[in-house]
Parts: sequence; structure tokens; C-alpha cells
Amino acid sequence: MKDISLRDVGNEAKLLLIGIPVLVWTLLPIYHLVLFAISPKQDAFAGKLWPDHPTLHNFGIVFRQQHYFLRDFWAQFWNSTVIALAVGALTLFIATCAAFAISRLRVPGGRTVMNLALFTYFIPAAFLAVPMYRTMGNYGLLNNHWSLILAMVTIASPYAIWVLKQASDKLPVELDEAAIMDGATPMQLFRLVYLPLMLPSLVAIGTYAVLLAWNEYLYAFLLLSKDTEITLPVALGNFLAADDSPWELLMTTGLIYALPPAAMYYAFRRYMVGGLTAGAVKS
Amino acid sequence: MTAITLSSPEATPRRPWTSRLTTTQVWGLALLAPYILVFAAFVVYPVSYGLWLARHPASYVALYNDPIFARAAVNTLIFLIVGINLKMLIALALSGFFIQQRAWIRWLSVLFILPWAVPSIPTILSVRFMFNPEWGVVNHLIFRLTGEDGPNWLNDPAIALTMAIGMHIWKSLPFWTLILMTGRLAIPQDQFEAAEVDGASGWQKFRFVTWPAMRTLYLTCTLLSMIWTLGDFNSVYLLTGGGPADLTHVLATLGIRYLRLDQLDLSMAAIVCALPLVLPLVYFMMKRLSR
Repeated sequence: MKDISLRDVGNEAKLLLIGIPVLVWTLLPIYHLVLFAISPKQDAFAGKLWPDHPTLHNFGIVFRQQHYFLRDFWAQFWNSTVIALAVGALTLFIATCAAFAISRLRVPGGRTVMNLALFTYFIPAAFLAVPMYRTMGNYGLLNNHWSLILAMVTIASPYAIWVLKQASDKLPVELDEAAIMDGATPMQLFRLVYLPLMLPSLVAIGTYAVLLAWNEYLYAFLLLSKDTEITLPVALGNFLAADDSPWELLMTTGLIYALPPAAMYYAFRRYMVGGLTAGAVKS
Repeated sequence: MTAITLSSPEATPRRPWTSRLTTTQVWGLALLAPYILVFAAFVVYPVSYGLWLARHPASYVALYNDPIFARAAVNTLIFLIVGINLKMLIALALSGFFIQQRAWIRWLSVLFILPWAVPSIPTILSVRFMFNPEWGVVNHLIFRLTGEDGPNWLNDPAIALTMAIGMHIWKSLPFWTLILMTGRLAIPQDQFEAAEVDGASGWQKFRFVTWPAMRTLYLTCTLLSMIWTLGDFNSVYLLTGGGPADLTHVLATLGIRYLRLDQLDLSMAAIVCALPLVLPLVYFMMKRLSR
């Protein structure tokens, strides 16, 4: 069937008519970001669509912290990394324990706890942020990395518990029964049976929590304020405060900041998409 | 009085509560404890504390007298009603496009997810500069093509709010398209084949096969998106900063604005004022999910 009919061509053209605008719409802000990062200042500000002399000079300035705004770049990069990894680890720990207790040990009231947890998402994030700021003040955690870590764990956990519970409900009960017959304690069941089987979901949830924390702006902006303690997005936001912001450096830093999560997302995409959309069809 | 309280010696002696639980249940509670602690310390306490801070009627009078608040409330409604419905309709249409079996569409869908996969700050700042009236590439192009100066994009409240909505759509469209795609893929293929045999047009297939199967998911997504968008601080704050002249605030940025001005009671009062918006949404959502 090599016969290409006029109708097929028409169909393909219609699809392209949707596809091309979608592609342009999606990539335009990202292209503009990359364009700025590789342009010398005068080219970027002259509204060129491609610089006459593309250069990696801006990256050099950022990496060597050769600008007033960038003097703590590496410290901030480190803060972002540590906080994101801590949120990932802590969320995994809390959510795996909770999901195991609710789904496998069938602890009394477990379902209620999960429904209450999901209630967190019905409080719009910016609305929880204001009382959260004061709460962290009351706990004496303001300007401490723990405040941001705990806030992000609070936000990541309900979804993590929900996904992990869905996944662990699918594991056959016979496995648990067999292990208990062999004299396994709940802890051994957890470690030797449950964790290995849940690995794909754990990867998905760990990635989700790390990305959530790395990308977070609002809470980081409220809870941390010292230049050496803030995360990269807050530093980027602070650029804006100045009138003579070096926009080409701002965009370069932004690009460097955006690359790790994008790479991580694509690396674990296989796990992410399945995990994320698993519950969607049910609802 | 004392006699009454003392006169219950015949009550059966209660066993300690721990012995009424099996070992498994004790383990279960121990494993659930970390989350319960987090929930109590960082959800229950802040929310109750916030509501307690918002208890003074004077805060609401001050809020009522602040013209920025009225404007923010209207902006929030526009954002939710126009922005979210527009976004969900586009997502519904695009989900139909992305389930087409073509190699290039699969590649496009991989790129399409980028806005959602990258953090919002760099891209919002990129758009912000793109529309800079003096230096931005958009006005450069307008000048080159027409010889006229382009509009003063972000300094015009109506355009700025529209752009904030556009920014929000840019960021979250991929996510909702993905969810609706999963919904479409779950519809049994034979239903479409049967419709094909009956000679149904493309629109009829959508109207009588796709939509009935997708309706619940679509409405659930719309409600959820509305709740989440109420908290969308970044799209507005980083693009317009609430300006010009505080005319593009939404309730989320207004709450933070009061907080930065150290008017915490106003900040919480503004949030409490949004409850009439949130509670019906949450109520419908709960009803949908519990079915």
C-alpha cells in the first residue's frame, strides 16, 4: 500500500497545522533563554534572533562568580542540591513507611490519615505559605535549611503516600502471608519483600520529590533570606530587584539552574509518567 | 459532688491500651507516626494558627477599604474562570492531537512536556525580558516590521494580566494534556470502530464516544486545576510583580504582599476571604472522589 491518497496528505497537513504552532509556543521562551545565555550583552539587547558571535563567555562568568550578583553562586547551587536531596530522602522515608502501614499492615484509621493527607492539596499552596512562614518562625526555624526541607516534605508527602499506596495495593497479599508463615516480622516483611518490589514506584516518587524541592520558589523565598543560605531560584528572583540587572547573566544562571531537573525528568520519564497518571483514569 | 466522682469502683478494670493491639498494628502505627507528626506540625497547626490570626473583624474592614483587594479578587476570578477553562479546553483538544499514531507526534510530545519539566523562574524571566518595551525582542521585531513602537506590554494592566494567564497556561498545559491523554487512551478502541461502521463524523465520535467517557475526568481536572491555580504565585509575581500600580495582583500574591509589609492579619484575612471560593470547589471535589 504505497498509494498515498490526497486525503492522507490533507490529514497530515491538518496535523502539522496544529503541531507547528504547538512546537513554537512550547519552545519560544526556552529558546529565548538559551539565546541570551550564548549572546554577548550587546547582541542580546539588540533583539537579535541569533547572535553574530555565539559565545560561552557568560557561563565562564557565572562559574567563576565574577559578578556582584553571582558571588555566592556555588554556595546557592550547593544549597539547592542539598535541600532537594534531603527532601527526596525524607519524603521517601515518610511516605514508604506510611504507605506500607496503610496498605499492607492495614493499620486502623490508615485510610482516614491518607484522606486527611490529600486534604493538604485542597489548600492552595500560596495560602498555606503565609501561616507556614509564621509557624516556622514560632518553631525557630526561619533562615534554616530545615524549614524549607520540612515545608517541602509536607507538600510532597501526601501525593507520595497516595501513589505508593496505589502501587502497593497491587502487590499480591499471598506474598505477605507466605513471609509471615515463614516467621517474618513486619520489619523483615518491609525490608525483604516490600521494598524490592516497590523499587520502580520509589524511583518515581524520589524523582518527583527532588524535582519539587529543586523547582520551588515561593517557600524558599519566604523561609530563607541570607545570601549564602538561599537556593538558586531565590537568587534569580533577587536579581530582579536591581534596576541594572545583568540580564544575560541572569538568563545564563537560569539555564544552568533549569538543566539538572530537565535532565533528571527525561532520565526517569519512563517511571514518572506511569506513576503520575496511574490514578488519573480511576477518578 | 466528690461522692459521685469517687463512686465507681464496680467499673471493670481496663487493660492497658497497648495490649488491645496486635504487634502488627503497633508496627503500623509506629510507621505511620512520622507522617502524622509532619501533618500535625506543618498542616494542622499552621492552618489553625492562620485562622486564629484572621479572627479580628477590623482586618476585614481594612481589607474592604483597600482598593487593591477588590481588584485582586476580580483578577483572581478572571484568572480562574477565563484562564482555567481556556487551558482545559486547549488541553482536551491537544490530548486528541497527541494520541495520533505518528512518529513525529511522539517526538513532539516529548518536547511538549518541557515547560512542565523545567523550573518556572528562568522561563518566566525569559518571557518577561522578551516583552521588555525597550530592549525586548518582541518590540524590536514590531519596530522592524511596522516602523511603529510596540505596546508597553507589562505596564498595561489588562495586557499584563492576560500575559500572566498565558504564562500559567504555558507552564501547566502539558501536565493536564498528559492526564487527559491517559483518559482518552483508556477508552476501548472498539467503540470508535463501531461508531466508524455507523458512519459517525469526527465530531459525532467525540460527542457520543469520547466526551461521555471523559466527562468525569475532565470536570475533576478542571476543579483541581482551579484549586491549584488559586495558589499560583509565580506566574503573576515573577512576571508582573503585581504591577503596574498593584493592578494585577491575585489573592495569592496579595497575601504575600501583606506578609512582606508585616500586615499578617490582613494577609490571613485576604486568604479567609478566598474561602468562599475554595470551599465549594473542595466540596464538589470530595463528592467526586468519594463516589
